[in-house]
Amino acid sequence: MSARDSLLHRRVFVLPAGNLEEAGSVSGDVRRELTAMGVEQDIIRRAGVVCFEGEMNIAMYSQGGRIILLVADDRVELLFSDRGPGIPDIELARTPGYSTAPDWAREMGFGAGMGIPNMERQSDRLEIRSRLDGGTVIRAVFKRGAE
Amino acid sequence: MNIDLKLEDVARLTEAQVLTGEDQLGRQVTQACAADLLSDVLALVQDEGVLLVTGSMAPQVLRVAEVLGLGGLLFVRGKRPNQSMCDYARDAGLPILMTDLSMFEACGVLYSEGVSGAQRKRFPRDNVR
Ligand SMILES: Nc1ncnc2c1ncn2[C@@H]1O[C@H](COP(=O)(O)OP(=O)(O)OP(=O)(O)O)[C@@H](O)[C@H]1O
Ligand SMILES: [Mg+2]
Repeated sequence: MSARDSLLHRRVFVLPAGNLEEAGSVSGDVRRELTAMGVEQDIIRRAGVVCFEGEMNIAMYSQGGRIILLVADDRVELLFSDRGPGIPDIELARTPGYSTAPDWAREMGFGAGMGIPNMERQSDRLEIRSRLDGGTVIRAVFKRGAE
Repeated sequence: MNIDLKLEDVARLTEAQVLTGEDQLGRQVTQACAADLLSDVLALVQDEGVLLVTGSMAPQVLRVAEVLGLGGLLFVRGKRPNQSMCDYARDAGLPILMTDLSMFEACGVLYSEGVSGAQRKRFPRDNVR
């Protein structure tokens, strides 16, 4: 975040490895924190969806990571970072329907291959960076007060 | 279309058991979404108060419900959410219904009552690709 003085709130959520049962709970926390800060309803909803998808991907594909929530006057940001296998082909991962989710995950209702496409559509900007056998970093930006 | 259908009507018409949210059966149901894949639900639902028809037993279904502000959940094919899911739903104020009908049959009932499919609005970057 460039203009430091505009930062209103910063919160770090740590996601331990293989915590599938709890996965998805950060999105509820994010929703509550944004609501408490009086952030626009539309952004709360979109950030909740993006957070859920990012969180599930960290839980399903990585060895753990964290999510940072930033709130500023002009924007909300979610930063996802994990230690893990990384994404070999980011362009492919962005394609609706592409999924390498294992069978057990499909049985739980995952693996539509819609997570990253959802994150892209619901944010105003989504940057994905990944290193093979290193991990993945995703930054989602939501612009405030601009419709 | 304006319809007058409440959760209690849905419970009666689908012969569903009410597992949580007994006090919220007066909620109106106008839109529904049927899916087992949670990312599909997240892609389809945009308005608050939508009824989700699902066979997904993942605990995450309730988190999705919270994030989207769903009006209620109708579990099909006699799938019974476990105690901890019910506790969670109760805390979150989410009504849960459970029917033995299949997804197809449950949707047929809702459809014939005039419930419409969840309307997906445009997202900020729908034209992104
Ligand atoms: N954090 C990550 N680390 C490694 N690979 C990932 C990560 N996130 C996503 N991927 C890869 O990108 C693919 C597409 O992800 P996406 O979230 O779009 O769909 P999905 O997780 O397979 O299914 P859904 O999100 O619809 O349940 C995944 O199947 C996986 O191969
Ligand atoms: Mg995913």
